[in-house]
Amino acid sequence: MTDPDDHARIAQQFIEAIPHARALGMRVDEIGAGRATISMPWAEHLVGDPRTGVIHGGVVSALMDTCCGAAVMAHPTNPRSTATIDLRIDYMRAATPGQRITARAECYHMTRSVAFLRAVALDEDPDNPVAAATGAFTAER
Amino acid sequence: MGDRNEPLHQIKSRRDSALAAMVTGVPYMTWLGIRFDRRGDELTAILPYDDKLIGNPMLPAIHGGVTAAFLEVTAIIELGWAAMWEDLESGRIAPDAAVPDSLPRLPKTIDFTVDYLRSGLPRDAYARARVVRSGRRYASVHVEAWQDNRARLIAQATGHFLMPQP
Repeated sequence: MTDPDDHARIAQQFIEAIPHARALGMRVDEIGAGRATISMPWAEHLVGDPRTGVIHGGVVSALMDTCCGAAVMAHPTNPRSTATIDLRIDYMRAATPGQRITARAECYHMTRSVAFLRAVALDEDPDNPVAAATGAFTAER
Repeated sequence: MGDRNEPLHQIKSRRDSALAAMVTGVPYMTWLGIRFDRRGDELTAILPYDDKLIGNPMLPAIHGGVTAAFLEVTAIIELGWAAMWEDLESGRIAPDAAVPDSLPRLPKTIDFTVDYLRSGLPRDAYARARVVRSGRRYASVHVEAWQDNRARLIAQATGHFLMPQP
Protein backbone atom coordinates (compact mmCIF):
# COMPACT_ATOMS: atom_id res chain seq x y z
CA MET A 1 0.00 0.00 0.00
CA THR A 2 1.46 3.36 -1.04
CA ASP A 3 0.31 6.55 0.65
CA PRO A 4 -1.32 9.40 -1.34
CA ASP A 5 1.87 11.50 -1.29
CA ASP A 6 3.73 8.65 -2.99
CA HIS A 7 0.98 8.49 -5.62
CA ALA A 8 1.34 12.23 -6.27
CA ARG A 9 5.12 11.95 -6.50
CA ILE A 10 4.95 8.97 -8.88
CA ALA A 11 2.35 10.80 -10.97
CA GLN A 12 4.49 13.93 -11.13
CA GLN A 13 7.44 11.81 -12.31
CA PHE A 14 5.14 10.25 -14.92
CA ILE A 15 4.21 13.75 -16.16
CA GLU A 16 7.83 14.92 -16.12
CA ALA A 17 8.70 11.99 -18.37
CA ILE A 18 6.25 13.26 -21.03
CA PRO A 19 8.13 15.89 -23.05
CA HIS A 20 4.98 17.69 -24.20
CA ALA A 21 3.49 17.84 -20.69
CA ARG A 22 6.78 19.28 -19.45
CA ALA A 23 6.88 21.79 -22.34
CA LEU A 24 3.45 23.04 -21.23
CA GLY A 25 4.52 23.22 -17.57
CA MET A 26 1.94 20.71 -16.30
CA ARG A 27 1.75 19.93 -12.59
CA VAL A 28 -0.09 17.03 -10.93
CA ASP A 29 -2.24 18.51 -8.15
CA GLU A 30 -4.13 15.39 -7.13
CA ILE A 31 -4.28 11.77 -8.21
CA GLY A 32 -5.95 8.58 -7.05
CA ALA A 33 -8.52 5.85 -7.80
CA GLY A 34 -9.34 6.69 -11.43
CA ARG A 35 -9.20 10.45 -10.88
CA ALA A 36 -6.64 13.12 -11.65
CA THR A 37 -6.25 16.90 -11.34
CA ILE A 38 -3.54 18.50 -13.45
CA SER A 39 -2.90 22.22 -13.94
CA MET A 40 -0.69 24.45 -16.04
CA PRO A 41 0.14 28.16 -16.17
CA TRP A 42 -1.05 30.63 -18.79
CA ALA A 43 1.82 31.65 -21.12
CA GLU A 44 2.24 34.22 -23.87
CA HIS A 45 3.40 31.66 -26.46
CA LEU A 46 0.25 29.54 -25.95
CA VAL A 47 -2.12 32.33 -26.94
CA GLY A 48 -4.62 31.59 -29.72
CA ASP A 49 -6.09 35.07 -30.07
CA PRO A 50 -3.52 37.88 -29.74
CA ARG A 51 -6.30 40.50 -29.60
CA THR A 52 -7.51 39.13 -26.27
CA GLY A 53 -4.61 37.00 -24.96
CA VAL A 54 -6.93 34.00 -24.65
CA ILE A 55 -5.09 30.67 -24.63
CA HIS A 56 -5.59 28.41 -27.69
CA GLY A 57 -8.21 25.66 -27.49
CA GLY A 58 -5.55 23.16 -28.55
CA VAL A 59 -3.69 23.76 -25.28
CA VAL A 60 -6.86 22.95 -23.32
CA SER A 61 -7.17 19.75 -25.42
CA ALA A 62 -3.61 18.73 -24.57
CA LEU A 63 -4.18 19.34 -20.86
CA MET A 64 -7.49 17.43 -20.78
CA ASP A 65 -6.03 14.54 -22.81
CA THR A 66 -3.07 14.24 -20.42
CA CYS A 67 -5.35 14.47 -17.39
CA CYS A 68 -7.66 11.75 -18.74
CA GLY A 69 -4.64 9.53 -19.46
CA ALA A 70 -3.38 10.05 -15.91
CA ALA A 71 -6.82 9.14 -14.48
CA VAL A 72 -6.78 5.88 -16.46
CA MET A 73 -3.27 5.06 -15.20
CA ALA A 74 -4.44 5.79 -11.63
CA HIS A 75 -7.37 3.37 -11.88
CA PRO A 76 -7.32 0.64 -9.20
CA THR A 77 -7.15 -2.07 -11.91
CA ASN A 78 -3.64 -0.76 -12.75
CA PRO A 79 -3.57 -0.61 -16.58
CA ARG A 80 -0.06 -1.07 -17.97
CA SER A 81 -0.50 1.75 -20.47
CA THR A 82 -3.20 3.79 -22.20
CA ALA A 83 -3.87 5.66 -25.45
CA THR A 84 -6.72 7.93 -26.54
CA ILE A 85 -9.37 6.29 -28.73
CA ASP A 86 -11.54 9.39 -28.96
CA LEU A 87 -11.97 12.65 -27.17
CA ARG A 88 -14.76 15.20 -27.55
CA ILE A 89 -14.30 18.65 -26.12
CA ASP A 90 -17.00 21.27 -25.63
CA TYR A 91 -15.61 24.78 -25.35
CA MET A 92 -18.01 26.68 -23.12
CA ARG A 93 -16.17 29.96 -22.73
CA ALA A 94 -12.76 31.57 -23.21
CA ALA A 95 -10.27 30.94 -20.37
CA THR A 96 -9.37 34.21 -18.63
CA PRO A 97 -5.92 35.40 -19.81
CA GLY A 98 -3.19 35.17 -17.17
CA GLN A 99 -5.00 32.57 -15.07
CA ARG A 100 -3.86 29.03 -14.36
CA ILE A 101 -5.87 26.28 -16.10
CA THR A 102 -6.83 23.17 -14.17
CA ALA A 103 -8.25 19.95 -15.60
CA ARG A 104 -10.07 17.36 -13.50
CA ALA A 105 -10.69 13.93 -15.03
CA GLU A 106 -12.64 10.96 -13.76
CA CYS A 107 -12.66 7.44 -15.13
CA TYR A 108 -16.38 6.68 -14.63
CA HIS A 109 -16.35 3.22 -16.15
CA MET A 110 -13.67 0.64 -16.86
CA THR A 111 -13.86 -2.58 -18.84
CA ARG A 112 -11.05 -5.07 -19.51
CA SER A 113 -9.83 -3.05 -22.45
CA VAL A 114 -11.58 0.33 -22.47
CA ALA A 115 -11.77 3.23 -20.02
CA PHE A 116 -14.56 5.83 -20.23
CA LEU A 117 -13.64 9.33 -19.08
CA ARG A 118 -15.23 12.64 -18.21
CA ALA A 119 -13.23 15.80 -17.62
CA VAL A 120 -13.66 19.53 -17.04
CA ALA A 121 -11.22 22.40 -17.46
CA LEU A 122 -11.38 25.40 -15.14
CA ASP A 123 -9.59 28.71 -14.79
CA GLU A 124 -9.50 30.48 -11.42
CA ASP A 125 -13.32 30.68 -11.34
CA PRO A 126 -14.18 27.17 -10.06
CA ASP A 127 -17.93 27.53 -10.63
CA ASN A 128 -17.83 28.31 -14.31
CA PRO A 129 -15.99 25.65 -16.39
CA VAL A 130 -14.03 26.68 -19.48
CA ALA A 131 -14.46 23.33 -21.24
CA ALA A 132 -15.83 19.82 -20.74
CA ALA A 133 -14.67 16.58 -22.32
CA THR A 134 -15.74 12.98 -22.70
CA GLY A 135 -13.48 10.30 -24.04
CA ALA A 136 -12.71 6.64 -24.49
CA PHE A 137 -9.18 5.40 -23.81
CA THR A 138 -7.50 2.03 -24.25
CA ALA A 139 -6.55 0.09 -21.11
CA GLU A 140 -3.65 -2.20 -21.84
CA ARG A 141 -3.21 -5.07 -19.39
CA MET B 1 -13.65 37.58 -59.66
CA GLY B 2 -10.24 39.20 -60.03
CA ASP B 3 -8.63 40.74 -63.07
CA ARG B 4 -7.40 37.93 -65.38
CA ASN B 5 -4.48 40.07 -66.50
CA GLU B 6 -3.24 40.66 -62.97
CA PRO B 7 0.48 39.72 -62.82
CA LEU B 8 1.03 36.22 -61.40
CA HIS B 9 3.63 37.34 -58.86
CA GLN B 10 1.15 39.87 -57.49
CA ILE B 11 -1.57 37.20 -57.11
CA LYS B 12 0.83 34.82 -55.36
CA SER B 13 2.23 37.46 -53.07
CA ARG B 14 -1.26 38.65 -52.05
CA ARG B 15 -2.38 35.11 -51.18
CA ASP B 16 0.84 34.03 -49.51
CA SER B 17 1.16 37.14 -47.39
CA ALA B 18 -2.49 36.95 -46.30
CA LEU B 19 -2.00 33.31 -45.28
CA ALA B 20 1.29 34.06 -43.51
CA ALA B 21 -0.33 36.96 -41.67
CA MET B 22 -3.13 34.70 -40.45
CA VAL B 23 -0.72 32.00 -39.25
CA THR B 24 1.99 34.17 -37.67
CA GLY B 25 -0.74 36.15 -35.88
CA VAL B 26 -1.33 33.14 -33.59
CA PRO B 27 1.55 32.62 -31.09
CA TYR B 28 0.54 29.03 -30.27
CA MET B 29 0.83 27.98 -33.94
CA THR B 30 4.31 29.47 -34.14
CA TRP B 31 5.29 27.68 -30.91
CA LEU B 32 4.11 24.32 -32.30
CA GLY B 33 5.94 25.11 -35.56
CA ILE B 34 2.85 24.71 -37.77
CA ARG B 35 3.19 25.95 -41.38
CA PHE B 36 0.81 25.91 -44.33
CA ASP B 37 1.49 24.86 -47.88
CA ARG B 38 -0.85 26.50 -50.46
CA ARG B 39 -1.88 25.34 -53.95
CA GLY B 40 -4.44 27.85 -55.24
CA ASP B 41 -6.96 27.95 -52.42
CA GLU B 42 -6.09 24.44 -51.15
CA LEU B 43 -4.19 24.39 -47.87
CA THR B 44 -2.11 21.61 -46.31
CA ALA B 45 -0.96 22.11 -42.74
CA ILE B 46 2.50 20.83 -41.81
CA LEU B 47 3.61 19.99 -38.29
CA PRO B 48 7.40 19.48 -38.41
CA TYR B 49 8.61 16.94 -35.86
CA ASP B 50 10.08 18.28 -32.64
CA ASP B 51 11.03 16.49 -29.39
CA LYS B 52 8.67 18.66 -27.35
CA LEU B 53 5.68 17.13 -29.21
CA ILE B 54 6.26 13.67 -27.70
CA GLY B 55 3.55 12.28 -25.42
CA ASN B 56 4.85 8.74 -24.99
CA PRO B 57 8.65 8.57 -24.80
CA MET B 58 8.63 4.74 -24.66
CA LEU B 59 7.12 4.12 -28.11
CA PRO B 60 7.86 7.02 -28.94
CA ALA B 61 4.64 8.71 -30.07
CA ILE B 62 3.36 12.26 -30.58
CA HIS B 63 1.12 13.51 -27.74
CA GLY B 64 -2.59 12.99 -28.42
CA GLY B 65 -3.17 16.57 -27.34
CA VAL B 66 -0.72 17.80 -29.98
CA THR B 67 -2.56 15.81 -32.63
CA ALA B 68 -5.86 17.33 -31.43
CA ALA B 69 -4.36 20.84 -31.44
CA PHE B 70 -2.89 20.34 -34.92
CA LEU B 71 -6.27 19.20 -36.28
CA GLU B 72 -8.08 22.07 -34.57
CA VAL B 73 -5.65 24.70 -35.84
CA THR B 74 -5.97 23.29 -39.38
CA ALA B 75 -9.77 23.43 -39.19
CA ILE B 76 -9.77 27.03 -37.90
CA ILE B 77 -7.29 28.31 -40.51
CA GLU B 78 -9.13 26.53 -43.35
CA LEU B 79 -12.42 28.03 -42.21
CA GLY B 80 -10.95 31.52 -41.74
CA TRP B 81 -9.16 31.25 -45.08
CA ALA B 82 -12.30 30.14 -46.95
CA ALA B 83 -14.32 32.91 -45.29
CA MET B 84 -11.84 35.60 -46.28
CA TRP B 85 -11.06 34.35 -49.81
CA GLU B 86 -13.62 36.54 -51.65
CA ASP B 87 -12.62 39.69 -49.80
CA LEU B 88 -8.95 38.93 -50.37
CA GLU B 89 -9.31 38.28 -54.09
CA SER B 90 -11.43 41.39 -54.65
CA GLY B 91 -8.87 43.50 -52.77
CA ARG B 92 -11.35 44.53 -50.05
CA ILE B 93 -8.90 43.34 -47.39
CA ALA B 94 -5.11 43.01 -47.22
CA PRO B 95 -4.14 41.20 -44.00
CA ASP B 96 -0.74 42.22 -42.65
CA ALA B 97 0.85 40.51 -39.63
CA ALA B 98 2.34 43.84 -38.52
CA VAL B 99 -1.15 45.40 -38.30
CA PRO B 100 -3.22 43.23 -35.92
CA ASP B 101 -6.45 45.02 -36.84
CA SER B 102 -6.01 44.04 -40.50
CA LEU B 103 -6.18 40.32 -39.60
CA PRO B 104 -9.55 38.62 -40.04
CA ARG B 105 -11.14 37.44 -36.80
CA LEU B 106 -10.88 33.66 -36.59
CA PRO B 107 -13.85 31.33 -35.94
CA LYS B 108 -14.32 30.08 -32.36
CA THR B 109 -14.49 26.39 -31.57
CA ILE B 110 -17.82 25.23 -30.14
CA ASP B 111 -16.92 21.55 -29.94
CA PHE B 112 -14.26 19.30 -31.38
CA THR B 113 -14.22 15.49 -31.57
CA VAL B 114 -11.01 13.66 -32.37
CA ASP B 115 -10.89 10.08 -33.55
CA TYR B 116 -7.41 8.62 -32.96
CA LEU B 117 -6.61 5.97 -35.57
CA ARG B 118 -2.88 5.28 -35.27
CA SER B 119 -0.19 6.52 -32.96
CA GLY B 120 1.67 9.54 -34.31
CA LEU B 121 5.26 8.63 -35.14
CA PRO B 122 8.20 10.91 -34.34
CA ARG B 123 8.18 12.52 -37.81
CA ASP B 124 6.40 15.32 -39.70
CA ALA B 125 2.60 15.26 -39.86
CA TYR B 126 0.25 16.79 -42.40
CA ALA B 127 -3.42 17.76 -42.28
CA ARG B 128 -6.18 19.00 -44.56
CA ALA B 129 -9.58 20.29 -43.57
CA ARG B 130 -12.83 20.36 -45.52
CA VAL B 131 -15.58 22.81 -44.71
CA VAL B 132 -18.63 20.56 -44.74
CA ARG B 133 -21.12 23.34 -44.14
CA SER B 134 -20.58 26.99 -43.52
CA GLY B 135 -23.50 29.20 -42.64
CA ARG B 136 -23.52 32.79 -41.55
CA ARG B 137 -23.25 31.86 -37.90
CA TYR B 138 -22.18 28.21 -37.58
CA ALA B 139 -19.85 25.95 -39.52
CA SER B 140 -19.03 22.26 -39.51
CA VAL B 141 -15.54 21.13 -40.53
CA HIS B 142 -13.96 17.72 -41.06
CA VAL B 143 -10.21 17.38 -40.86
CA GLU B 144 -7.73 14.54 -41.47
CA ALA B 145 -4.11 14.10 -40.44
CA TRP B 146 -1.52 11.68 -41.77
CA GLN B 147 2.24 11.17 -41.84
CA ASP B 148 3.93 9.00 -44.46
CA ASN B 149 0.89 7.82 -46.38
CA ARG B 150 -2.06 10.03 -47.29
CA ALA B 151 -4.39 7.01 -47.08
CA ARG B 152 -3.20 5.92 -43.63
CA LEU B 153 -4.66 8.57 -41.36
CA ILE B 154 -3.27 9.00 -37.86
CA ALA B 155 -6.39 10.90 -36.77
CA GLN B 156 -9.51 12.61 -38.04
CA ALA B 157 -11.82 15.10 -36.39
CA THR B 158 -15.11 16.93 -36.76
CA GLY B 159 -15.71 20.28 -35.18
CA HIS B 160 -18.37 22.95 -34.98
CA PHE B 161 -17.40 26.59 -35.05
CA LEU B 162 -18.96 29.95 -34.38
CA MET B 163 -18.22 32.32 -37.27
CA PRO B 164 -16.96 35.81 -36.44
CA GLN B 165 -19.78 38.33 -36.78
CA PRO B 166 -19.16 41.46 -38.87
